[in-house]
Amino acid sequence: MRNGMAGHVPAISATSWEIIADMLSILSAGTYVPRYRIARSDIVEANRWFAGGMGALAKGARAYANWDEDAVTMAVAAGRIALAGHDLPGDVRLASTTAPFADRQNAGLVAAALGLEEAVSTLDLGGSARCGTSGLAAAVRSEPAEGGPILLCAAEHRSARAGSSEELTSGDGAAALLLGHGEGIAKILGAAQRSVDFVDHYRAADREFNYGWEERWIRDEGYAKLVPPVVAEALAAAGLAGSDVDRFILPAPTPAIATSLAKRAGVREGAVADTLFATVGFTGAAHPLLMLAAALETAGAGERIVVVGFGQGVDVIVLETTSAAADHRPVPSFADQISRGLSTGGYMRYLAFNKLVEREHGIRAELDLQTAPTIMYRNRRMLFGFFGGKCDRCGAVQFPKTPICVNPNCGAHDSQHNHCFADTSASLQSFTADRLTYCPDPPALYGMVRFQEGGCLMMDITDALPDEVEAGRPLSMVFRIKAEDERRGIKRYFWKATPAAERV
Amino acid sequence: MAKGIKDKVVVLGMGCSTFGERWDAEATDLMIEAYTECMADAGIDKSQIDAAWFSTAIEEQHVGKSAVPMGVALRLPMIPITRVENFCASGTEAFRGAVYAVASGAADIALAVGVEKLKDTGYGGLPQRTRGALNDMYFANISAPGSFAQLASAYRAKHGVDAAELKRAMAQVSVKSHDNGAKNPKAHLRNRIDIDKVISAPIVAEPLGLFDCCGVSDGAAAAIVTTPEIARALGKSDLVAVKSLQLAVSNGTEASYGSWDGSYFMTTREAARRAYEEAGIQRPRDEVSMLEVHDCFSITELVTMEDLFLSDEGAAWRDVLDGAYNADGRTPCQIDGGLKCFGHPVGASGLRMLYEMYLQLLGRAGDRQLPDPKIGLTHNLGGWPHQNVCSIAIVGRYDS
Repeated sequence: MRNGMAGHVPAISATSWEIIADMLSILSAGTYVPRYRIARSDIVEANRWFAGGMGALAKGARAYANWDEDAVTMAVAAGRIALAGHDLPGDVRLASTTAPFADRQNAGLVAAALGLEEAVSTLDLGGSARCGTSGLAAAVRSEPAEGGPILLCAAEHRSARAGSSEELTSGDGAAALLLGHGEGIAKILGAAQRSVDFVDHYRAADREFNYGWEERWIRDEGYAKLVPPVVAEALAAAGLAGSDVDRFILPAPTPAIATSLAKRAGVREGAVADTLFATVGFTGAAHPLLMLAAALETAGAGERIVVVGFGQGVDVIVLETTSAAADHRPVPSFADQISRGLSTGGYMRYLAFNKLVEREHGIRAELDLQTAPTIMYRNRRMLFGFFGGKCDRCGAVQFPKTPICVNPNCGAHDSQHNHCFADTSASLQSFTADRLTYCPDPPALYGMVRFQEGGCLMMDITDALPDEVEAGRPLSMVFRIKAEDERRGIKRYFWKATPAAERV
Repeated sequence: MAKGIKDKVVVLGMGCSTFGERWDAEATDLMIEAYTECMADAGIDKSQIDAAWFSTAIEEQHVGKSAVPMGVALRLPMIPITRVENFCASGTEAFRGAVYAVASGAADIALAVGVEKLKDTGYGGLPQRTRGALNDMYFANISAPGSFAQLASAYRAKHGVDAAELKRAMAQVSVKSHDNGAKNPKAHLRNRIDIDKVISAPIVAEPLGLFDCCGVSDGAAAAIVTTPEIARALGKSDLVAVKSLQLAVSNGTEASYGSWDGSYFMTTREAARRAYEEAGIQRPRDEVSMLEVHDCFSITELVTMEDLFLSDEGAAWRDVLDGAYNADGRTPCQIDGGLKCFGHPVGASGLRMLYEMYLQLLGRAGDRQLPDPKIGLTHNLGGWPHQNVCSIAIVGRYDS
């Protein structure tokens, strides 16, 4: 067989699967797009002196992570949106090629930040831009743990050299799919997968940036030859023709590829999904799931969706939305997040947040703080799950949870049970915009936050302009990087406040 | 309540170094400067000191931990020395230790020295440092100006004061202190400024501008205390006595209970009530002749006037603009320039405040001398508005 395969690519070599009766469906989905945007024209303009040929890409804006975001925090954000109103998962998986830790389970951190009990299965997926769709293919065929459905998150904090076309096409973001038994909002109709070591780009384990080959070759020998047979196989497995497809999701760094491949598959032009190039950029392994999750937010019942993942092979998954899809309208929606973009700061801020330029931070920034795993472990529920205490005797809600109740008229010992602050309404009591303290995105915004269910905490405020912050402002809580210890390579995570999104 | 400290202990001598950017001096030099003046004033020999207290807050920037740096610097004859640290209130804590030692009878004569050498960090403002290993994992990224600045936003919201109006009152706090500091040869900042200059200065932490913030300085101050009887026996006739020494420490109510609105200091109100009671002061506005408060930031001083019950709640900003706390006002405040202009070498500040009260009560304040003051109050606060220590000392003439 090995010899027989040599020298040519067979017409159809994908593996399609039997659709089994108890295959998991998509119960819910969430998207996350970081708030910062950079206009591609700003990148093109700044690099014109060196790379004059990028003008064709000077369209739209790409999303990029704030300095305090990474694949884990973005996965948590998407996961929280997907989970709202649903049973907590018993299994959390994170697909990413840019997860912050090579050896400390990133999915475990996501599960902790979601406040899940520790009896949860967790798994990191990575290694390819295809790991999001491969993760979906694997998850829907698995039997969920007794603890609850599977939460599959995919997130990428892309890294590209300044002035590269990859810098222009990339975007940061995340998606989360909740998978479980039942009809859900979309069920799987068929799928096919194929593994080919087609190296359009790669990144060695010790490297920061991708090394990519010629775009024309990737288009003609990669997407154009590898994808169509797998699409055909998956559609055949689903018993559908190309013309039955309502949404054709094919993420690629350049949008034109999707249109041409859809045409070859017999999919009508109007069914080709927006690649989100104009608003987000290509979020790598997260992108197929981000496009799918965004599509599900506007889908009605009975829509047939094809999702393609590409990267050293091809995954194609065919789904059909159910009657519940019309009620799936997560908050904040993908559209809400797109409309809340902030494009202040320009290219220099983008470069600084992505560590593509060595900024002067001042001597204050030299403070060296070690992170003791002993302390982090003892306080993991507090730091990651944002759990404080509620006194069983007087009802006082407090953060942190301590052995003696903070209520001066109570003072009970060992009287508190865990109380999660992550999803409680809060407002700002007092605040400042601090230009003295070191912050990668000055001024440092922080203030005293009062929680509606009781308790208060002096908190950092993120993803906000100074004029968006005022006393009485409603706030939401977000899981973010608190500080990064570059000397030892560890990030500290905690919760921050952000101005609550007004529905658009 | 216990009987209290009133009139049990008197000041035998005090000293204070010149404050400022003392590029010329080590912490040791500053200690010796204050100690030498203090010893000459007390008129005693080091062999007569029974015990000493040593305050410094940010020891990692200069002398290191323990009381050894003081023993070595002053070559004290292996007497008991205790090092104390309680944020920016450390200086008053050293004084309290010495006073309590004398009051208990364990010591006849006790020395308190506070020092801080802050200008070896390479930048302005207080040194950036750990807040404790767990705290560093969840405390907001607060600086001193940023935490105190929030008093302004909460005060505005609570009392409905217009932002520009409050900013103007805050500016007057600083203008007044510069007027006073200009007359003080030992002060760090000796220039006069006007309200417009304060208002138009660059913002440090909204709404605090550069001139709303006190100087970060190098300096030392010292006090020697004893009993009235011993002071008399040593030939002193004009005595300044301790009337009250109180300390209030946050217990988490402000930071995590939710009953505090952020516009004032719970600790200051608590300490002030106890201090007035201990000193037998019924009507502070009439009885307190002058005060030195912890004006780390203009807004701190402003709200502190209410917390010390010297202004009505919500009215301090008007009293400030009306000049109530000017050198010629109803209750002169920061006669020596305050932290704002005399400077703020953290561990020395509480003793520096007492030094001015002592000079004023003895009529030795030179150009700054107030007419016949009888009671002086010092207020020395450390930490942040939502989590702090507040010490209040009241001193007065022994016979009053």
